[in-house]
Amino acid sequence: MYQILSAETLAPNIHQYRILAPRIARKAKPGQFVIVMVDEKGERIPLTIADWDASEGSVTVVFNEVGKTTHKLASVKPGDGILSFTGPLGLPAHVDKFGTVVCVVAGYSTATCAPIIKALKAAGNRVIVIIRAPSKDTLFGDEQLGAIADRVIISTGDGSFECVGFVLDPLKDVIQKEKVDRVFTAGPVCMMKLVANTTKPFKIPTIASLNPIMVDGTGMCGCCRVNIGGETKFACVDGPEFDAHKVDWASLMARRCTYSDDTGPVKYRCLNCAQW
Amino acid sequence: MPPKLNLNRVDMPRQDPRVRARNFREVALGYTPEQALEEASRCILCPKRPCVGGCPVNIDIPDFIEALRKGDMHQAVRVLKNKNALPGICGRVCPQESQCEVVCTLEKRKAPVAIGRLERYIADWERKNKAELAPPAPPPPPTGKKVAVVGSGPAGLTAAAEMAKLGHAVTVFEALHVAGGVLMYGIPEFRLPKETVQGEVDYVKSLGVEIVLDAVIGKIDSVDELLAGGYDVVFLGTGAGLPMFLGVPGEDLCGIYSANEFLTRTNLMKAYLYPEYDTPLGMGKNVAVIGGGNVAMDSARCALRLGAKNVYIVYRRSAAELPARKEEVENAMEEGIIFKFLTNPTGFLGGGRGWVSGMQCIEMELGEPDASGRRRPIPKPGSEFLMKVDTVVVALGTSPNPLIAQTTVGLQTTRHGTVVADEKTGKTVKDRVWAGGDIVTGAATVISAMGAGKRAAADMHAFLMRK
Ligand SMILES: Cc1cc2nc3c(=O)[nH]c(=O)nc-3n(C[C@H](O)[C@H](O)[C@H](O)COP(=O)(O)OP(=O)(O)OC[C@H]3O[C@@H](n4cnc5c(N)ncnc54)[C@H](O)[C@@H]3O)c2cc1C
Ligand SMILES: Cc1cc2nc3c(=O)[nH]c(=O)nc-3n(C[C@H](O)[C@H](O)[C@H](O)COP(=O)(O)OP(=O)(O)OC[C@H]3O[C@@H](n4cnc5c(N)ncnc54)[C@H](O)[C@@H]3O)c2cc1C
Ligand code: SF4
Ligand code: SF4
Ligand code: FES
Repeated sequence: MYQILSAETLAPNIHQYRILAPRIARKAKPGQFVIVMVDEKGERIPLTIADWDASEGSVTVVFNEVGKTTHKLASVKPGDGILSFTGPLGLPAHVDKFGTVVCVVAGYSTATCAPIIKALKAAGNRVIVIIRAPSKDTLFGDEQLGAIADRVIISTGDGSFECVGFVLDPLKDVIQKEKVDRVFTAGPVCMMKLVANTTKPFKIPTIASLNPIMVDGTGMCGCCRVNIGGETKFACVDGPEFDAHKVDWASLMARRCTYSDDTGPVKYRCLNCAQW
Repeated sequence: MPPKLNLNRVDMPRQDPRVRARNFREVALGYTPEQALEEASRCILCPKRPCVGGCPVNIDIPDFIEALRKGDMHQAVRVLKNKNALPGICGRVCPQESQCEVVCTLEKRKAPVAIGRLERYIADWERKNKAELAPPAPPPPPTGKKVAVVGSGPAGLTAAAEMAKLGHAVTVFEALHVAGGVLMYGIPEFRLPKETVQGEVDYVKSLGVEIVLDAVIGKIDSVDELLAGGYDVVFLGTGAGLPMFLGVPGEDLCGIYSANEFLTRTNLMKAYLYPEYDTPLGMGKNVAVIGGGNVAMDSARCALRLGAKNVYIVYRRSAAELPARKEEVENAMEEGIIFKFLTNPTGFLGGGRGWVSGMQCIEMELGEPDASGRRRPIPKPGSEFLMKVDTVVVALGTSPNPLIAQTTVGLQTTRHGTVVADEKTGKTVKDRVWAGGDIVTGAATVISAMGAGKRAAADMHAFLMRK
């Protein structure tokens, strides 16, 4: 059992848990993830490591309640435990002195990108964060990111999920006004795809943190395979970060939706998704 | 005068094929006490004991058979456990026909003693009558030596049990949330009940072995960190868990699974009990399983039990070359699996929302024998055809996961990704590190992995006591 030390709700359906896992806290690096299983009958799902404290032995995750497992997880109270918590998995984020880095994030990634942004800052980069949130009351994490990044731009729409294109306007704006050396993006697949399409003509190296469905997270099942420039890669061991300009987005989107059907939550359907 | 030979091998009752093809309960039901006795009485207790040499862990087969005949079940269990910590597993999944039974004296008359079935009978008796058993031998005096075992498959469990019996402090690190390796995530419930596996894992724990789950070595501590952190020796038993794909167009479509994913969802995560269990598995009506080994048979038989209408085994050679155990091929045929021999997939077509809808195939013919001695399949020009399928399981084989090799300084690997280790001792070229099982041999068998775990344990013990 891995004990929940504290639970906080950051925004509607977005929760932050601090979990006792000393082995993982000792080794975690920015951009890595854990595989979580709530109970014996549960599914194994990946969650990004949003923070950790080696001296306390804790690991923090932030998750969005979207389906069965995340609902189940949200019902576990502080003091109680979950069955399985494995990590740190995946390769750490690639951090170097690039110059100016723009990070485009949405949803849970608004919280889980913090370790990467901290590391980018520590490496001497100027970091601009563009946060996408559908509306004001679903926005969170902007203050936390404001304290570490050089600039935070918030892009909210009118409350509907129909278009994630909004982040593209501030992104284009920044690219046109100043020299951007690198773009990092994490969030819904459709948003990452549009970010990649936006930066491609400008030839700005763009990295996406991919989120395919996973099972073991150790390279054993191949469920997480993604097509990167014609090559098959396993996101759990070769990623989750990949060159966004080489990702086969249509295949990732389709595979991401293997187990959702047309009755799935309408709010996650983006007009730009090929499969709907 | 030699005893009169009884050549009537006692059949083991099995579930009716039409019934079992739709449930996940065990196919083979095991002997009744009468059947076990009758089969045991066929053994002629050969003085030369050829069967013992055929078993990779050298179980004293005639001794347990004799004990069984005398009705001394405790003694039978003791004989088994003396050489094999996991008899309930081996009795079920060992390829006996090519190991202990093939060298049985009665094999010459085509009626070898059903050693595996008797082994299973005794192991099952022990599980049922646990309370009756005398407490295990008192723990040996501690040696003060610490052993780390990486991976809890048959190789790791055996190495761990042996080392614990010798008085060493053993910790097993397992990446998944349960111990057992392929026995838990690969081999299906209907061939090897998970309760049996966990019973034998519990036995290993009862010897004093500590099992740490959710522990991916190379991600938490590396092998070098284990050695620096107080472990005197390390045994690597991480198996061959990296799936191979065909590398043909369309392989990323939804509904195309590696056998590892398909079987892990089904067995480890219990997708066959969805939605009581949370892990889903998208199953269509027309399923193609590509490959001809045990893994392909297991996948096909799972697909049938998960509700598929037509399940095809697509294999590029002919029936004679099928690498799967004969018994499992027969079981699959009885259950209604359709075999498409001399057929090779060349690509996949997608339907709505990126789900697989068809498989492009080409017919093959057999040419000259290749390096493996089997006749090489060659595509027949102009023989392309389309199969309508909505689920595909790729069961082409596996190789070792590169994580351990990548994170361990000075380990030697072959071009197949397997770790180089001495065949007799399991010693790798790295100081204080041994390896055995599928990580060394590539995908092989449960009992060969156990044999390797055992030999390595003996060598590790000798090393530790010399030190
Ligand atoms: C490497 C990696 C890191 C991840 N990190 C995090 C994290 O830190 N926090 C977090 O909340 N999630 C994260 N995810 C996604 C997370 O694993 C899924 O949200 C989770 O598996 C959903 O499980 P569920 O059973 O609750 O929902 P399901 O029942 O599996 O899904 C319910 C419905 O929601 C849709 N859906 C699920 N997840 C998303 C999503 N992220 N975006 C849009 N639609 C979605 C599905 O298509 C489906 O229709 C990560 C994924 C990966 C691969
Ligand atoms: C579907 C299927 C059916 C089979 N049927 C039969 C059969 O009928 N008869 C037979 O004899 N054989 C059969 N086999 C083969 C047999 O199961 C294997 O040869 C045997 O399990 C190998 O044992 P092992 O201990 O070497 O490795 P495994 O059983 O593969 O165990 C390795 C363990 O190590 C863990 N691990 C891997 N990497 C790490 C790491 N970095 N840190 C910590 N832990 C790690 C894995 O999670 C796993 O639990 C079958 C195999 C499959 C897949
Ligand atoms: S362990 Fe396997 S090979 Fe050895 S006696 Fe038992 S069934 Fe035969
Ligand atoms: S070889 Fe066969 S008959 Fe002879 S002792 Fe072994 S099992 Fe019995
Ligand atoms: S999740 Fe199984 S290989 Fe990546």
